[in-house]
Amino acid sequence: MILVKTRNLLKCYPMGLRKLTALKDINLEFQRGEFCGLIGPSGSGKTTLLNIIGSLDVPSQGSVTVLDKKIEELSHVEAARLRRNHIGFIFQTYNLLLLYTAYENVEFPLLLIEMPEAKRKKKVMDALDWLGIADKADSRPAQLSGGESQRVAVARAIVKLPQLVLADEPTANLDAENSFNILEMMVKLNREINTTFIFATHDEKVIRYLRRKIHLVDGQVVKDEIVNQERGNPCRH
Amino acid sequence: MIRFLLKGLIRDRSRSLSPVLIVAAGAFLCVFLYGWIKGAMDDLISSTARFDTGHVKIMTRAYNNLSDQMPNDLALLGVGKLMDDLRASEKGITWMPRIRFGGLLDIPDEKGETREQAPVAGLAVDLLGPDSPEPEILNLKNALVRGKLFQKAGDILISEAFAHRLGVKIGETATLIGSTMNGGLAMHNFTVAGTVRFGIAALDRGAVIADIEDVRFALDMADGAGEIVGYSKEMHYDNNAMTALTKQFNKRFEQDKDEFAPIMLSLVDQYGLREYLDLANTFGAIIVTIFVMAMSIVLWNSGLMNGLRRYGEIGVRLALGEPKGTIYRRMILESIITGFIGSLLGTLAGLAITYYLQYVGIDFGNLMQKSTILMSNVIRTRVTGWSYVIGFIPGLGASVIGTMFAGIGIYRRQTSQLFKELEA
Ligand SMILES: Nc1ncnc2c1ncn2[C@@H]1O[C@H](COP(=O)(O)OP(=O)(O)OP(=O)(O)O)[C@@H](O)[C@H]1O
Ligand SMILES: [Mg+2]
Repeated sequence: MILVKTRNLLKCYPMGLRKLTALKDINLEFQRGEFCGLIGPSGSGKTTLLNIIGSLDVPSQGSVTVLDKKIEELSHVEAARLRRNHIGFIFQTYNLLLLYTAYENVEFPLLLIEMPEAKRKKKVMDALDWLGIADKADSRPAQLSGGESQRVAVARAIVKLPQLVLADEPTANLDAENSFNILEMMVKLNREINTTFIFATHDEKVIRYLRRKIHLVDGQVVKDEIVNQERGNPCRH
Repeated sequence: MIRFLLKGLIRDRSRSLSPVLIVAAGAFLCVFLYGWIKGAMDDLISSTARFDTGHVKIMTRAYNNLSDQMPNDLALLGVGKLMDDLRASEKGITWMPRIRFGGLLDIPDEKGETREQAPVAGLAVDLLGPDSPEPEILNLKNALVRGKLFQKAGDILISEAFAHRLGVKIGETATLIGSTMNGGLAMHNFTVAGTVRFGIAALDRGAVIADIEDVRFALDMADGAGEIVGYSKEMHYDNNAMTALTKQFNKRFEQDKDEFAPIMLSLVDQYGLREYLDLANTFGAIIVTIFVMAMSIVLWNSGLMNGLRRYGEIGVRLALGEPKGTIYRRMILESIITGFIGSLLGTLAGLAITYYLQYVGIDFGNLMQKSTILMSNVIRTRVTGWSYVIGFIPGLGASVIGTMFAGIGIYRRQTSQLFKELEA
């Protein structure tokens, strides 16, 4: 089942009189359950592509279909509904809501989909448990370490069990140990409930986990490789 | 969800406490300034009201037509009964009879011959009545320069400058030479009890203040009075109330064709004070408007800054799937809450101090020269209906509008852009 599909995707940004082409001729398909990544140097367009797939941005030309919805045709409200119901985001800088506790941060996506309280509570605790941070439920982001913060962010992204998780440099601010933990959990989630993950990264630690690597250079796909399952299954040295 | 948002609002002091305080301060200043200006405007007319026009004044029609000549031959008679009627029917008003009179004041030497003589403008009021409010209305205690206030019949107060010119000393005799109500010659001896200075040129030039009973006797005006003045109990001129009172009173005598029938005039019906008051009101309104606008800009700005500061948080909420419209409405709701609470607190504080200064006032009498005694030695504010709402204009209106403008950025920017600002 195809979850995401891009057709001749072009993204330009106005740069004074000229235009800056951030993405060009992107034709990609992502299957349900993939664990893949956009890899490329800084400025190659990874974030831009992830944002468009996540309906935070729109293509300049071409078409992007996510869960049978054409991103370029969605209204604000429809795009918000798509994100709310089916997409989880993880960011390099965690982007937790600073005023709220870990528990409340994870609860927020469920409030948005108006899940009843009892069910909500259970889901939030499950997610926190699952990421091993249940004891930090009442801590505010300022009281959490980077690794803990990112785990809260992951819990927030997956608590509603979205079809698609988009992770933009999720490990850039983490040490090897924490990166490893986070990635292991994502792999587990991918395996257990078939959540699709698309990363944007240039972090070797992440790249080793990917089962598909899409190389971007200057906004274009230069290589799209499927990694052999046996060989690609990494282990910690 | 609302509970969730309120939690954030309360936890973020810069979003709750500080806007509330800023808004409260702005609203407070507006309410207070408005009250101050209103009070100052009251003050402008208050000495006129005290010495001359009253809040309302009753005269005969004939007297009214020639009132600048102090035509006591046209004065009201049967004043005792009229006063009783008025006191019974208009309990909220203090009614006082007065006589204005002109004539010569003659200072005799020890042989009884004229030593000095000068024309005077006299005001006769009830000074010896047991609880006459007149000494207070005329602010005599503060105006006294030398000597004593009234103690007995036959006493007069004369203005200090006038006393100087005549070379008259406290305790000396002064003879009033004038005409009686019936046109006869009137001569009456008074004792100079004290001298006064009001800081009002017209009065200080050559005024005599006498007790009304003495003057009635001197001018043969038994049970008469040139005018009856009325003051509201709080000594505040309320134009609507006084206009209504005037209309109602005059209606009673509408059919009466007698030129000696009484007529009531409100303060603004006299001496073109209506135009003056309108002008003062306009200026007051302009000053308040400018201030409210300035305050609005400040609060709008703080609303705006508050909104801009939150683009990052808004970016996250958008990414998590909260629609732009919802976020925008919730932001505005928040600023309505803080704006309302702030305006309410500011207005309450403003009203409290305005009310306090309305009734108590700050007395600068000791700091000021006696010459300005009647103008504004006591600073008084005034609460009106507007006092209750004026703080909400900048407090609620402007801060919400500021937030609305800040929030427009949510729509104008690409969602991903909001996000970049957050990551930066
Ligand atoms: N809002 C924008 N306006 C103008 N140019 C932009 C904007 N966003 C991105 N770009 C440009 O588009 C190109 C791709 O940016 P993008 O953020 O997708 O790169 P990236 O691959 O994510 O890089 P990094 O690894 O540094 O995060 C860059 O040249 C960038 O300068
Ligand atoms: Mg990037």
